[in-house]
Amino acid sequence: MHPLLKMVVQRVALGCLLLIAASVAIFAGTEVLPGDVAASVLGQSATPQALANLRAEMGLDEPATTRYFAWLLGALHGDLGTALSNKQDIAAAMGQRLGNTLFLASCAAAIAVPLSILLGLIAVRYRGRWPDRLISGVTLATVSVPEFLLGYIVIFALAVKYRLFPSVATIYAGMSLGEKLQVIALPVIVLVLVVLGHMMRMTRAAILNVMQSPYIETAELKGLRPFAIIARHAFPNAIAPVVNVVMINLAYLVVGVVVVEVVFVYPGMGQYLVDHVAKRDVPVVQACGLVFAAVYIGFNLLADILSILANPRLRHPR
Amino acid sequence: MNDELRYLLGRTVRGRMNRRDFLGRAAALGVSAATANTLLATAVRAEGPIKGGTLRFGLQGGESTSSLDPALAASQVPFQNLSTIGEPLVEVGPDGSIVPRVAEAVDSTPDAKTWTFTIRKGIEFHNGKTLTPDDVLATLQRHSDEKSQSGALGIMQGIESMTVDGDHVVVTLATPNADLPYLMADYHLMMQPNGGRDSPADGIMSGPYKVVRDEPGVRHVFERFANYWDPTRGHVDTIENIVINDPTARMAALQSGQVHVVNRVEPRTAALLSRAPGVSVTSAKGRGHYVFIMRCDAAPFDNKDLRLALKYAINRQQMLDTVLAGYGSLGNDIPINASYPLFDESWLPQREYDPEKAAFHYKASGHDGSPIVLRTSDVAFPGAIDAAALFQQSAAAAGIPLEIQREPGDGYWSEVWNKQPFCASYWGGRPVQDQMYSTAYQSSADWNDTAFKNERFDQLMQEARGELDQAKRKDMYGEMARILHEEGGLICPMFNDFVEAHGPEVQGWFEDPTQELMNGLAGVKLWLSSN
Repeated sequence: MHPLLKMVVQRVALGCLLLIAASVAIFAGTEVLPGDVAASVLGQSATPQALANLRAEMGLDEPATTRYFAWLLGALHGDLGTALSNKQDIAAAMGQRLGNTLFLASCAAAIAVPLSILLGLIAVRYRGRWPDRLISGVTLATVSVPEFLLGYIVIFALAVKYRLFPSVATIYAGMSLGEKLQVIALPVIVLVLVVLGHMMRMTRAAILNVMQSPYIETAELKGLRPFAIIARHAFPNAIAPVVNVVMINLAYLVVGVVVVEVVFVYPGMGQYLVDHVAKRDVPVVQACGLVFAAVYIGFNLLADILSILANPRLRHPR
Repeated sequence: MNDELRYLLGRTVRGRMNRRDFLGRAAALGVSAATANTLLATAVRAEGPIKGGTLRFGLQGGESTSSLDPALAASQVPFQNLSTIGEPLVEVGPDGSIVPRVAEAVDSTPDAKTWTFTIRKGIEFHNGKTLTPDDVLATLQRHSDEKSQSGALGIMQGIESMTVDGDHVVVTLATPNADLPYLMADYHLMMQPNGGRDSPADGIMSGPYKVVRDEPGVRHVFERFANYWDPTRGHVDTIENIVINDPTARMAALQSGQVHVVNRVEPRTAALLSRAPGVSVTSAKGRGHYVFIMRCDAAPFDNKDLRLALKYAINRQQMLDTVLAGYGSLGNDIPINASYPLFDESWLPQREYDPEKAAFHYKASGHDGSPIVLRTSDVAFPGAIDAAALFQQSAAAAGIPLEIQREPGDGYWSEVWNKQPFCASYWGGRPVQDQMYSTAYQSSADWNDTAFKNERFDQLMQEARGELDQAKRKDMYGEMARILHEEGGLICPMFNDFVEAHGPEVQGWFEDPTQELMNGLAGVKLWLSSN
C-alpha cells in the first residue's frame, strides 16, 4: 500500500474512534445537567401529574446506558431518532439546519479565505510600512470586537440607517439563490470580519518566517519582483501552517457561530442545538454534538493531509 | 375641514399615501402635527379595517423545540400561533367580560355547578370538516385526561363529567365555580377535529387563519381561512410570525421595516425606540407581576414578623422606576391588581418602604442576624438580578442582611423555584381572582410557591367560587386580600405592563390586559393601512 494512503486510512480510523469518545463525553455531559427533560418541556406551569406522564412517555425511567447504546445503534443505521420535545424526526430537522449552516459558512469562507491570504501577502510585501500597519490594525480590531457587537454595528449602519440589507437573515426553502445571498449579506460580513484577522496574521507570520531563508535572498539577487518572490517562492513553503489555521477557522464557521445566528435570526445549527440543550432534549443534543465533532475531526484530517501534500519531504518519505 | 385636506385624508386612509407624507402635506396646509394625527386616527377608524397584505410579527419566545399541539404550548410564539389558527369556546374580552366564540351562549344552573355551552353552527375546520359538539367534547376530554400532558390539565381537574346534549355541551363540576367560563378561555383549549386525538400537532383548527408553513423556532406562516365564520376578524391575507429572540435584533427588525409588530420591548430601551421615526411604543396594564417568594413553612420565613420585616424593607417605587423604567404599576403583596374584575383598590393601603417598621419587625422576629439568602436568576424575570441588588440595599438600610445567590437559568424552575425558601420569580396572571388564588395560594395547590396555608382564606375562596351575588363575592375577595397582604409569604414589588411596539402601517391597536399582543389576537384584529 502506498504509504500516503495507509496514513490516510489510519487517520480516518482514529477519527472514528475519537468521534465515539466524543459521543460518550457529550452523553455524560447531558446526564449531569441539573433539571430534567419533562420539567423543561412543560415549563413553570407543569403539574406533577403531567410531568410524570411525560417522563414515562419519553422513556426517561430507563437506565442511561441502555438509552445510550440504543441510540448509538440507531445512529449507525442513519436513524437519529425523534426529538423528545416536539416529536420531529431529528435527521430531517437537523439536515435542513445543517444545510443552512454550511451555506452561510461556505459563503463566508469563499470571501474570507482568499481575502485573508491576499491581505497577508500584501502585508508581507509592505511589511513595516503603512499598508501592513493598516491591514494589521483593522483586522486586529475586528477580531477583538465581540461578534454580537459587530453584528449590532453592522445592523445599525447597513439595515436601520441605510436599509441596504435586511437585518433579519431568515432563509427558507423556496427562495432563489440571489434572494438568499441578499438576505445573508450582513451575517456574512460579520463572519468575514471575525475570521479575517486570525487567518491573515497567520499567513503573514508563516511567510515572514520563510522570508529569512537563504533561497529567498537568492531570488532577490536574481532580480525578481518582491511580490513574485512572496507569491511564487515563499508562499508555497508556508502553506502547511496556513492550511491549519484556515481549517480551524472553517470549523469555527460551522460550529461556533451561534451568537451571530441569534443576532441575525439565522436558522442554523447553533440555535437549534442551544434550544434543545435548554429543553434537555438528549437525542438532539447528541446528534448535534456528533455532527460538530465530525466537522472538527474532518477538517483537522483534511488539514493534515493537505499539509503533507504541500510538503515534498513528507510526500516522498524515504 | 377644507377639501384639499379631506382629499389627502381619504388617500392616506385608503393606503395610497403614507402617514409621513400626509403629515407633511397637512403641515403645509397649516394643520399642526397633533391635529393631523388625530384627524388621521379618526378617519382610519371611520373607514374600518382594510383587507389584504402581509402582517409580520417579530416575536420573542419561540424555540426550535416548540410544536403546534395546543396541549404543549407554554411560551409566547406558540401562544400567538394558537390564537391565530384556533378558537376556544369563549374569550376574555379587553374589558374582562366573556366573549362567546365557538360557544354562542353560556348558561349555568343557579348553584354554578352545571354549565351549558351552546355550540355555534356553521363553523368549519381548516380541513373542511364541520365543527360539532362532539369535537368540542373530545377536545375538552383530551385536555382533562390524566394521561395528557396538557398545560390546561390543572384547570380541567374540577370537572366531574361532560356530555353532549343536542347542540349543547354540558359540563358538570364537582364543586360550584362561578368562573368556569374564564377557565374555558384558556389558550390551550383550542377546538380540534376529534379533539386533536388523531394528530394533535397538525394545526388543523377552526380559527381565522390556517397554517401554511411551520418551522419551529424560525417562522410560522398563516393564510386567511376563506370559510371562517366571523367576518369581523382576519383582515390581512397572510400573517408571518418570525421568531427573533434577541431583543436588539427584534428592535432593529422593526426599525428597518422588516416586521410590523414586535413583542417584549425592554422597558429600559422603550424610550429610545419610541424616538425612531414611525414607531409607536404601546404599553398595556397587565396582570403579570414580579415576585419574591418566601416559603411560609421554612425557617426563617415561618415567622410572621420576619416576613413583615422584609415586606417593609423593599422599596417598590425605586424598583418600578429602575427595573421597569416606569412601565408597570406598584404591587401591594397580593397577586391581584385593578385589572381584575371584582377588585377594589380601597381594600388595602399601599405598603410603603419603611425602614423603621422593617427594623421593628426584624427585631420582633428574633432572627439571629445571619444573612438571609435570596436566590435570583436572569430567568426569574427581566432585571431580577438588579431587583435583588436593590432589595439588598434597601434592606441593609433597615439593618436586615440579605445575601444574594445567583442561580443559573438552566433548571431554575425545577431546582430553585417552589423548592428553595426565598427566591425571585414571576407570575403571568390569570383572568379572574379565583383562578390566581386557586393556582398558587390555596393550601393544597401544587404551585403554592409561598407554602401559604390559611384555613379562613381557603374557606372564603370556596364560598366565593359558588357565590353568584357579585357584591357578596367582592366582599369575600376583599377579606382574602387583607389576609394575604398581612400573613402571606408573597412580596410583590410590581406589576409589569405588556410593552410592545408597531410600525406606522399598523392600524387597529388597542390595550388588552388579559395577555400580551392584544390577548394574542393582534394577528386577527390588526390591519395594514398601506399594502
